[in-house]
Amino acid sequence: MVLQPLPTVVVIGNGMVGYKFCEKLLAKTQAFKLVVFGEEPRVAYDRVHLCEYFGGKTADDLLLAPLQWYHDNTITLHLGDPVQEIDRANRTVHSRGGLVQPYDYLVLATGSSAFVPDIPGVEKAGVMVYRTIEDLEEIKAYAATAKRGAVLGGGLLGLEAAKALLDLGVPETHVIEFAPRLMPRQIDAAGSQMLQTKLEALGLQIHLSKATSSIGGEDTIDALHFGDGSRLEVDMLVISAGIRPRDELARLAGLEVGLRGGIVVNDEMQTSDPRIFAIGECALHGGMIYGLVAPGYDMAEVVASQLTQGARAFTGYDMSSKLKLIGVDVASFGDPFIAEPHSRSIVFEDAHRGVYKRINISPDGKYLLGGVLIGDAEAYNLLLQTVNNKIVLPPHPEDLILGARGGEATEGAGVLSLPDEALVCSCEAVTKGAICGAVTELGITTVEGMKKCNKAGTGCGGCVPMVKDLIQGTLLAQGAYIKNVLCEHFEYSRQELFDLLKINDIRTYDAALDHFGRGDGCETCKPAIGSILSGLWNDLIVKQNTIQDTNDRYLANIQKGGSYSVVPRIAAGEVTPEQLMVIGRVAQKYGLYTKITGGQRIDLFGAHVSDLPDIWEELINAGFESGHAYGKSLRTVKSCVGSTWCRFGLHDSVSLAIEIENRYKGIRSPHKLKSGVSGCVRECAEAQAKDFGIIATEKGWNLYVCGNGGAKPQHAQLLATDVDKETLVRYLDRFLMFYIKTADPLMRTATWLNKLEGGLAYLKNVVINDSLGICAELEAEMALLIQNYHCEWREVVENPELRRQFTHFVNAPTLKDPSIEFEPVRGQKIVKAW
Amino acid sequence: MEAVIDVTWVAVCRATDIPADGGACALVEGEQVAIFNFARRGEWYATQNLCPHKQQMALARGMIGSTGEACEPKVACPFHKRTFSLLTGECLNGEECSIQTYPVKVEDGVVYIGWA
Repeated sequence: MVLQPLPTVVVIGNGMVGYKFCEKLLAKTQAFKLVVFGEEPRVAYDRVHLCEYFGGKTADDLLLAPLQWYHDNTITLHLGDPVQEIDRANRTVHSRGGLVQPYDYLVLATGSSAFVPDIPGVEKAGVMVYRTIEDLEEIKAYAATAKRGAVLGGGLLGLEAAKALLDLGVPETHVIEFAPRLMPRQIDAAGSQMLQTKLEALGLQIHLSKATSSIGGEDTIDALHFGDGSRLEVDMLVISAGIRPRDELARLAGLEVGLRGGIVVNDEMQTSDPRIFAIGECALHGGMIYGLVAPGYDMAEVVASQLTQGARAFTGYDMSSKLKLIGVDVASFGDPFIAEPHSRSIVFEDAHRGVYKRINISPDGKYLLGGVLIGDAEAYNLLLQTVNNKIVLPPHPEDLILGARGGEATEGAGVLSLPDEALVCSCEAVTKGAICGAVTELGITTVEGMKKCNKAGTGCGGCVPMVKDLIQGTLLAQGAYIKNVLCEHFEYSRQELFDLLKINDIRTYDAALDHFGRGDGCETCKPAIGSILSGLWNDLIVKQNTIQDTNDRYLANIQKGGSYSVVPRIAAGEVTPEQLMVIGRVAQKYGLYTKITGGQRIDLFGAHVSDLPDIWEELINAGFESGHAYGKSLRTVKSCVGSTWCRFGLHDSVSLAIEIENRYKGIRSPHKLKSGVSGCVRECAEAQAKDFGIIATEKGWNLYVCGNGGAKPQHAQLLATDVDKETLVRYLDRFLMFYIKTADPLMRTATWLNKLEGGLAYLKNVVINDSLGICAELEAEMALLIQNYHCEWREVVENPELRRQFTHFVNAPTLKDPSIEFEPVRGQKIVKAW
Repeated sequence: MEAVIDVTWVAVCRATDIPADGGACALVEGEQVAIFNFARRGEWYATQNLCPHKQQMALARGMIGSTGEACEPKVACPFHKRTFSLLTGECLNGEECSIQTYPVKVEDGVVYIGWA
């Protein structure tokens, strides 16, 4: 028997939409041979989250699927080898590298390129676009030395590029927009104004109604010249003035293209040649180019369906969108601009918080037609669903943006009231019915499970909160009692376990598991119980080191490659020249990369696990102790120099910081704790960004709590004013102990306070007014923890049995891990990249 | 029933060298092998020490435990918490990477790894 060769589908373009097409086709059938040509050297990556490349994500994190995926699915992939010609007569494509590939069907997913306006000087060095990872790398390189950067274009991508420059630390970032306002295509004038105010407060300088007439400079940009005669000196420019569909291949092949670009397609996504399809940003459908990923995915689904005898058609797409621009929510949905007499608008504006909301309702008040949300877009999903499903509005539609005031309606109920066909995840086309069905029929109870089950929430991720609400709402409706539990081994919350272990005097993980758990535990409950036990008894964690995360097990911070970093405690950042010399000598002896940390300490990187006890021993002999940089515990109390030296200082902030740091050092908490003490209101110690911060006043000290840097910065809130030191310490004891006892695992103080019913007012009542009558107990519990403090490093150094465990090879203790490799950098060493 | 496996048993270390309900890394025939002493169940497991996610020699320092109704034994890589079955070596986070497992036995207080 002769096997018929499979018909061949050639995909030109390995971007998000090209990749999604392969995934969707493979999900339907294995009856095609897939061949993919990509121009970029990388496999398809997530362009929507490109800006996270600056936020520390690596190129690999952004990949939609690893190279192995293409291999496993027998896709022939040609990267860095773009197709240069389509020979429609012979049904072949020709690549730059000389490959000739026949096709039965051809899918053009060539995407778009950045539109670069024809401004004189646009070719100068320092002028870039924002499109690919390569573009980003160029921007990164320039940003390192640039003093002033500008972005041309105040649309969605332009503002994203501006954020990138901010993130890269360009000291001055300007946004130049031709239109009289920002994001003119998505939001209305009042919304633009609010957005502008918020962005300016974040440090962006915004110039509107500016026509750029030329770019100045010899070979490298040095200024922008505008039509009104003004100029702006800059040393880099990122152009983000829109997109241009990549239709040149189609044009060459004689396919029909639009007047202003784009490959013309019908509702089946067919081009003028029925064997050739076009999808994504290169396709022109109904006179529209769709510059978002969700419609592109929908087009991919249409073609996959067409190739498998399906009947899906593309009938246009809702361009509603919600995003976070530089930390500011911006959303528009339905028709954001529709006005009298076709609609009436309800507008809410809060200039204080920087919130603007507008909804447009039908003249009869029955239906929602569209709207704009700036500063707070939490209601976006629900509003979008209300528009798309033509849900009849309640008698007071203003509740939709103001929240029910005095009523009992909750958001969860709102989500559940949606019809089954409501599209919840528009990237993967998952309906409310499918999500609720997965809960009732398949027993799915988590967002992770839902992602695996039907991919809901795996695209842009915007619907994840709604998916979570739907899962919880459906479970509740089924009568399930939803409990906040630690993991599959413990059916209790952290707070419940804290009380249970205390009352039953449980002191080991095994005993906790025997009494209150099942199975053998896992990487979630082990460190969580470890934290509870420490919060109760403050026993040495080295006694139960296999339940600790690796940092707590080895009392150092694991780094790339598997070496560790060592941070001795330098309370409040005060260090003698002699101590500095000891640190220097230790670093030199063990070949450690040395860096000052953000918390006024010194971090020594690149220590082999077997060197750790020796390093600690030398540090301890010079009077140092563990800095607990590895623990979910107090890290550092940062201080300014205060009244001892500073002419502005009101009190001695250094002495207080040292006292506070030594008081709470080593105490385990649900997550790490950072603190700061400033000697005056100038706040050089940044105390208001800390879990607890103290600022000197004329009359005493102000205590701020629950601040956070990190991914979601939040200022600390004022708990007590003008208190003396004794009162301050008492409040701190109570506050910290209350947090240690009641927070969930790995919950920072800021999130804890956000979730605490009653918020700051409640916390004040508990800590200051003793409304729960537990303050004496909290103080006694804290006193026990403080009394039981031991330096864990010293324990290992002095205990031969423990010390023996610090080897890489248990059967070759003197041998170091040969897989750890370093390379030189600026006179020190760093670990090789992974 | 005992599966007949054609392996050479290599003596590696003393059983007391591996912490209870934890792991340690041993050098076996030039390879890094992670050995786990599942004391709670009186079981021993061995796998490659390399976590395939980011190519780090780290699994021996991971926390062990179990999952599911059948209490499948597993280890979590300390770097990014990818978990792997100690029985099959499969990744339990839905990712298509797996690790090599090795037969292991303890006789007279000595840990042996079955080397194919």
